[in-house]
Amino acid sequence: MTATTSPPPPPGPAHARPGGTGSAHRAARSGRPRSLATWVRGGGLSTLVFLLPLIVIFGLFSWFPIVRAVIMSFQETNLVTAPTFVGLDNFRQVLNDPILWKAVRNTMYFAFLALLFGYPIPLVAAVLMREVRRAKGLYSALAYLPVVVPPVVAVLLWKFFYNASPTGVFNTMLGWVGLGPYPWLQDASWAMPSLVLAATWAGAGGTIIIYLAALTSVPPELYDASEVDGAGLWRKIWHVTLPQLRGVLFITLILQVIGTAQVFLEPYLFTGGGPNNATVTVLLLIYRYAFQNSLGGDYGAATALSLMLAAVLAVFSILYFRLTRSWSTS
Amino acid sequence: MTLSPTDNPSEIDVVSGDSERTADASGASDMEVRARRIARERRAAQSGRGRRTSRPSDGEDRGALSRADWRRPSIRWGMGGTHAVLLVLLVFVGLGPMLLLAKFAVTPTQDILRTPMEIFPNGIAWENLDKAWNDVEVSKYFLNTIWLAVGSWASQILVATTGGYALSVLRPRYGRLIQALVLSTMFVPAIVLLVPLYLTILDPPLLGQSLIDSFWAVWLPAGASAFNVLLVQRFFDSLPREVFEAARVDGAGTFRLFWSIVLPMSKPIIGVVSVFAVIAAWKDFLWPLLVLKDPDIQPLSVRLPSIEATTDLGVFLAALAISTVIPVALFLVFQRLFLQGAGLGGAVKG
Repeated sequence: MTATTSPPPPPGPAHARPGGTGSAHRAARSGRPRSLATWVRGGGLSTLVFLLPLIVIFGLFSWFPIVRAVIMSFQETNLVTAPTFVGLDNFRQVLNDPILWKAVRNTMYFAFLALLFGYPIPLVAAVLMREVRRAKGLYSALAYLPVVVPPVVAVLLWKFFYNASPTGVFNTMLGWVGLGPYPWLQDASWAMPSLVLAATWAGAGGTIIIYLAALTSVPPELYDASEVDGAGLWRKIWHVTLPQLRGVLFITLILQVIGTAQVFLEPYLFTGGGPNNATVTVLLLIYRYAFQNSLGGDYGAATALSLMLAAVLAVFSILYFRLTRSWSTS
Repeated sequence: MTLSPTDNPSEIDVVSGDSERTADASGASDMEVRARRIARERRAAQSGRGRRTSRPSDGEDRGALSRADWRRPSIRWGMGGTHAVLLVLLVFVGLGPMLLLAKFAVTPTQDILRTPMEIFPNGIAWENLDKAWNDVEVSKYFLNTIWLAVGSWASQILVATTGGYALSVLRPRYGRLIQALVLSTMFVPAIVLLVPLYLTILDPPLLGQSLIDSFWAVWLPAGASAFNVLLVQRFFDSLPREVFEAARVDGAGTFRLFWSIVLPMSKPIIGVVSVFAVIAAWKDFLWPLLVLKDPDIQPLSVRLPSIEATTDLGVFLAALAISTVIPVALFLVFQRLFLQGAGLGGAVKG
């Protein structure tokens, strides 16, 4: 996906012809437009028409709300009376909420478990799948299948699988080998790992495909060279494959951190944050502040917390963009 | 840049000289044919170049194991066995839950509750599907989901292609500023937008009428995808400039250039963006949950959790199965596109 540099415009008829539309465009681009009329004739107006959908849609639904979020975090907004500025009160209120620290701990626990389950498995699977010689497509299709299942369906299906009674699907299967029955979502210490297991099932396929794409671009001559040096399979993987994947491994790590920090669907649908707030995440808390508040939406607190989360994530996004930028140009 | 067929100035002269002669006489069809020819040659040249640099000499597409390795029995049996185990695991993990869902969709509720893992001990309940489709009105929510996907697709394609065209091909002076503003939104996590965007939909500026409970509340914000604009713009950047020059010499205006040259050449990227758009709309949950309060216009993703408690388990699982069919079918048909798109995720997605 690198952008190729376009060659300089060829010398020829396009430049030589006076007065055509081509030269009019060029005049508008190279010289300063002298008046509105020349600007319109030079294509300025039609360019603006093409940019209009982007400007209107991004303006209304992206730029304006972002600016508004910053303003709202310093305001008391209740939709009834006009918003009033309250300084840092919203931030203070959020930081003094005892559930916040529980939510932060839960979110970090989720991220940690997601890395534990979801980081090594796709890597091992992808490295093995790279060596498959027949029916390669079948392997990647099977691995990717859970990703295309709508997340809501996946969660509701797993919720049914997690049925804690001895006749639940998972408990029945584990019963065959003499394990269980386990409480799954009903128990405070089991709930979070259960959520992460389902989330890993839904997400691992995407990571496998990313690794596979990276593995195909490992230059074959590196393997050739290491064979000449007498390296066996394990040394080839350790000294060639993994170092070549370093970049993409780091990228998926950052993507996973950014993704898991914003986990909402699983706790919301599986447990609603329970049992006993054991699965409340930061995003669920933001949702509760704004939309599940019996006193009316506390929009100020919700935006204040989302801005704080965004500030933390921005560090990771900037890192990510620097990396991908240098990757795509190299 | 190394020399390739279309970098050869003499040929460009031939092309543009040729175009000047026939410009007034024939017009669009001729123009498009030429545009496509240049693009094709250019692509061929590029892919040829790519292949030469990345796969030198023997041209073997290899992983860590070479052909010689595969001839050794230890590798042959060891790796072969590992692959067999991997395949079984993938079937179990990837396909297993889908098969279970398909089975439960047509199993009587009592059997699901008592003996979930036995294969149809008391016959098949096809009526689950019928009840889900008609009584639970999955048909309606299904249609709503499709409407949401189609509208979001249209708004994303419109914004991404026109915006990408303006930023990549027309390049106005203020383009860099707009591009920077678009890119900067990629650093802002979606969660920041949640509340202010909700309030904007509740009371949109200029419109004077709330968009809550209208499909527009989902369609319009879907268009503001910086990822799409970036993707399309990068693709347009890679289109050969000489095609645009040739078309302009032929007298094509800005709109004609967009409609007859740039769009027809952009089918691959429009395909990628389309698949992303439809899948994203199908998956979306939180946003439609917030802005579509009226159950009559809610999509499946929002409706399924709320009918869970009140619906017979067998019928509910049938509803889940029906909601999975379309995305899975799309995946099986457009597999290549999906997997390419997913691979792309590591490179640009934010």
